[in-house]
Order: sequence, then structure tokens, then C-alpha cells
Amino acid sequence: MTAITRTYQVPGNDFARAGEASGHIKRILKELGFSPEMIRRVAITTYEAEINMVIHAGGGTVTATISPQAVAVVFEDHGPGIPDLELAMQAGWSTAPQNIRDLGFGAGMGLPNIQKYSDVFEIKTAVGQGTTLSVTIFAEGKEPI
Amino acid sequence: MNAGYESIYLDETQCVGCTTCMQRCPTQAIRVRDGKAVIIRDRCVVCGECIHVCPHHAMKAKVDSLDEVLGQHKYTIALPAPSLYGQFPGIHTRAPILEGLCRIGFDQVFEVAEAAEAMSAVIHRELRSGSIPHPIITTACPVILRVVRIRFPSLLPHLLNYRSPMEIAARWSKRLAAEKTGLALEDIGCVFISPCPAKCASAKAPLGTLKAALTGIVSIAEVAPRLSAVIGDLDDHEREAHSGPMGIGWAMSGGQSTAVMEPNHLAASGMENIIRILEALENGKLSNVDLVELNACYPGCVGGALTVENPFIAKARILRLMRHIGPVLPSGGCPTDDMRWEKKPEASHALRLDPDLSRAMEMMEEIRELTGTLRGMDCGACGSPTCRAFAEDVVSGRTELKNCVFLSRAPEGDAPSGKKG
Ligand SMILES: Nc1ncnc2c1ncn2[C@@H]1O[C@H](COP(=O)(O)OP(=O)(O)O)[C@@H](O)[C@H]1O
Ligand code: SF4
Ligand SMILES: [Mg+2]
Repeated sequence: MTAITRTYQVPGNDFARAGEASGHIKRILKELGFSPEMIRRVAITTYEAEINMVIHAGGGTVTATISPQAVAVVFEDHGPGIPDLELAMQAGWSTAPQNIRDLGFGAGMGLPNIQKYSDVFEIKTAVGQGTTLSVTIFAEGKEPI
Repeated sequence: MNAGYESIYLDETQCVGCTTCMQRCPTQAIRVRDGKAVIIRDRCVVCGECIHVCPHHAMKAKVDSLDEVLGQHKYTIALPAPSLYGQFPGIHTRAPILEGLCRIGFDQVFEVAEAAEAMSAVIHRELRSGSIPHPIITTACPVILRVVRIRFPSLLPHLLNYRSPMEIAARWSKRLAAEKTGLALEDIGCVFISPCPAKCASAKAPLGTLKAALTGIVSIAEVAPRLSAVIGDLDDHEREAHSGPMGIGWAMSGGQSTAVMEPNHLAASGMENIIRILEALENGKLSNVDLVELNACYPGCVGGALTVENPFIAKARILRLMRHIGPVLPSGGCPTDDMRWEKKPEASHALRLDPDLSRAMEMMEEIRELTGTLRGMDCGACGSPTCRAFAEDVVSGRTELKNCVFLSRAPEGDAPSGKKG
């Protein structure tokens, strides 16, 4: 078997369900027996990317492709897009409104951590059209956290 | 994973195969086969939920009996869990309880709370030493180590790698008793009075420790009524009490964080809650917290499956008792040198479908396909807790497809397939 693919629809602004897609992916990786270190990196990157879709983009689609060598996950949304990507990538930068911060989100560490913990990181965004974030984590990738 | 000592067992004569325990097990570690519950040992975290919920009292903790442990050694020390103090109405100090333990046959009492208190100071320093990555996760509740090994192995480095207070108490009291009596260590028994089956499992087959100093474990449920019978006529003078209030507070969720003086803590209890917190930690959340105190039982050990009193009543009593503790003289000489685990716990592979990754991937797809053909009602009649778990059991060869009550019917859905004609 070469790869397993799973697709999840993530509803926007639904904080009770936020984290379900990344939770499913984690569970699959545990059942397949990937290393704890790799699973930790997948957990952090996919959770943060999923939350971004929930709070900033009105939801979207998550597609995970799992092969023995790597996990590749694509987060596609049709939200507002990111006007200044360089700024968005900075640690601590967030446009999350106060009510979202009150829920414990919006520390501005999502994108920087996604980049830090993934082996391949690619983001395409267009204002008014949406954002597509692709990450790959190799089974034998970066050092454990 | 070596689940080791099986401290929860099924009394087959009582089990009617009702599936209550299977449906409620927080780690899906129970199946019903041939009308009887079966525990999948390497997935069991010994939280005791099945003991709590079984309507027929068929799930039981394997503990020693009082009569057994009292006859085994020349000198026997009782090590009461702090949760014991909340079990009795009308008691304002520990004295009658501690004296009572001697009346029912123990030679001496050593409070586990005293070990907890001594450990609190050591852990307070540990929190500032930086040798364990923060947030540090407490392990005094043995269920936590099991849950992390099975479901959250990436968090193993965050575990507080210290023995539990009951073990420290056993080592400490044994040493003191040997000095006092002149007896050899083998002649001294150390019996823990336990609120839960998890403590039994960890004592009999310690996961983070090579050898345990305890020689026996009895349940609060067995000891409490025996004590009740004798404590009525005992006075309030605390002869055997050596613990201050902080160690006693470990009986309740949040008590350990308070005792180790870590204001930046999070304390959660109850299986569902602790699993959510561990998920969040695994996702990199809560990184601003220094100490995460977790207890399988809600609201802490006072809610253990082998206690008798309502957990909130017990908690209120213990809080009152803590407020009224006068000056105490600690025993001294706590063995701080060997408080840590002797070996590193390893990740368990209990969730892994197959050691071979490509085979595991094939199975994953087969499970998904099969799950799609099932009703999704999670009715449990097949003996698996959910349709997804049933599919996994079928693909793993642990059960047969014909056990699904819907699939085994004729396509029209009206006649059982086994029917003649
Ligand atoms: N999918 C997205 N759609 C639109 N904007 C986004 C998306 N993801 C991130 N952003 C923008 O990038 C900023 C930084 O993201 P991040 O680092 O995850 O921090 P946070 O989510 O805490 O605000 C966000 O505040 C938001 O303005
Ligand atoms: S919370 Fe306390 S009583 Fe409950 S399982 Fe853990 S150690 Fe035992
Ligand atoms: Mg974010």
C-alpha cells in the first residue's frame, strides 16, 4: 500500500468542533505506528492550521495524504486571504479580535510554529479568494521537539 | 506494553454481558465475548470506571484481604492514603483513624500524606531546575503514566519522573521501623490502604520503578467498615499523626499543585477531562502552564473506585480536617536520594494495528471500508463498543463479521440468517 487519503470539511467559527480533523489525523498516525516525535509535529502543525481556517477563514477543507515516508496535509479555504504574508508569518502577529482571544486563540504563534515544525511548508494566498496551506512532515524529519 | 499485574478482574458468575462497562470504558479496552466482558489488558489504564459503573458489581479490584496481610510479617505498618481520612462522619482529627488502624491489627501507622508532604518540597525545587520540559505532568495518579504511554507517548518527556507517595512512604517507614525494632527489612510488612485499583496495579507491577517496597494493598472499602466499628471510643490525641495539611491535600485534585507551591498550574480530574487536556498538550497548547496536575478520578483520589463515601462529602471533611491540624513533628529522614523512577517508561504500541507499516495501512483502509457498510448505531450488540471498533476487531481477527446483528440478518432485514428455509 502506498498512501492513505482522508478529507475533512471544517466548519467555520465552530469552536466546539475545532480540532476534530487534526484529532482524526493524529489517531490514524498512532494506529499506523508512526513515531511519537513525528506525531507531535503533525499534531501541532495540523491543529494550528485547522484553527486558522476556523477563526480566520470561515472554515475549509483538509486533505491528508499518509504514506510510509511522510504525511502531507493541504488546508484549503475560500476566506479573506492574507494581505501581508510576511507580517502574518511573524511570531506574535495576529488579527484575531478580542472575543476570539478571550477563547484562548490568537496568540500569533500559529503560522510561525507550523513552519517551524514542518519539513515542507508552502502557502498560497490571495485577498478575497482564499488561502491554501500545504505542509509535509517526514517520518524521519526534523529533530524531536 | 506489559500491562503486568491484572488488578481489575471479572467475576464471571456476576457478569450478565450487559455491555455497560464496554460502552463506558474511556479507552475502549473492553469487549463482550460469549456473553462476558473481556478486558484488553494492553489498552486498560486501570482507571476503575468499569468497577464504578457495573450494575451487577462483576468488575472487581484484585486487592489483598486484611486478614491475609496482617498475618504475613512479624511487624506490619499501615500506610493510609490521605483519602481514607474523608470516609468517616463525625471525625474532626485523624487520631481515631490512625489509632483505629492499630486496634484492627497493624503494629504501626505511617501516613502516606507525610511522604507526599516531603515530596512536595522536592518537587517544588524540581519545577525550578529545568530538567523536565514544562509543562510538567504529574504522575502520582498511576493512570496518567498508562494513558500517556498508550495514547500520548510524545508527552512522555513531560512526565514528573518521581515515585508515588505510597512507595516513598513504604521505603521510608520500613527503614525507620527496622531501626526502631531491630527487625530485618524482610520481616516488616508495608500495607497501603488504597482508594483505587490503579495504585494496586502500580504497586504490584510498577511501570516506572523496578522494585516496590510495598508488601500488600488493601482497599479503603474493606478497611473503612472495620475502622468504623472501633473508632467511636477513641480520643482526639494525635499520637501517630506526622503529616501537615499539605500532604493530606494530595487526596483532592489541585492539592498537589498547592502543596508544591506552583501558582501557575492547571489541575484536571476525571478521565474525559484529562484526555482532553493531554490532547491539548500534544497539540502544543497550554505551553504557558508550568504544572499540569492530572487525576483519573473526579475530583481527585476521594473519587477512587475503592472508596465508600461520596467524593464531595469526603473532600469537604478532609478540607475541614486540614484547617484544624495543629503543629506536627515530621518523622525526619525521608529518603530523598531515591525518589525518582529507576527506568524510563517507554511508549506502548497498544493502538498500533500491525508492526508492519504497509500492512497497518492496508488494515486501516479495510477498516474504513467495512465501517462504511455498518449501521453506525454503535449498539454494542456485537460485543464491540462502536461500529468503528467492531470493524477494527474484525480486520484484526478479534471477532467475526457475523456478530453484527444487522449484517447477519437477511437483506430484507426481517429474518435472521440462521433461520431454516
Ligand atoms: N487561513 C487564513 N485565512 C486568513 N487569514 C489567516 C489565515 N491563517 C492565518 N491568517 C492571518 O495570519 C495571522 C497570523 O496567524 P497565526 O500565526 O496562526 O496567528 P493567530 O491565528 O493566533 O492570529 C492571523 O491573525 C490572520 O490574520
Ligand atoms: S485519581 Fe487517585 S484514586 Fe483515582 S485512579 Fe488516580 S490515584 Fe487512584
Ligand atoms: Mg493561528
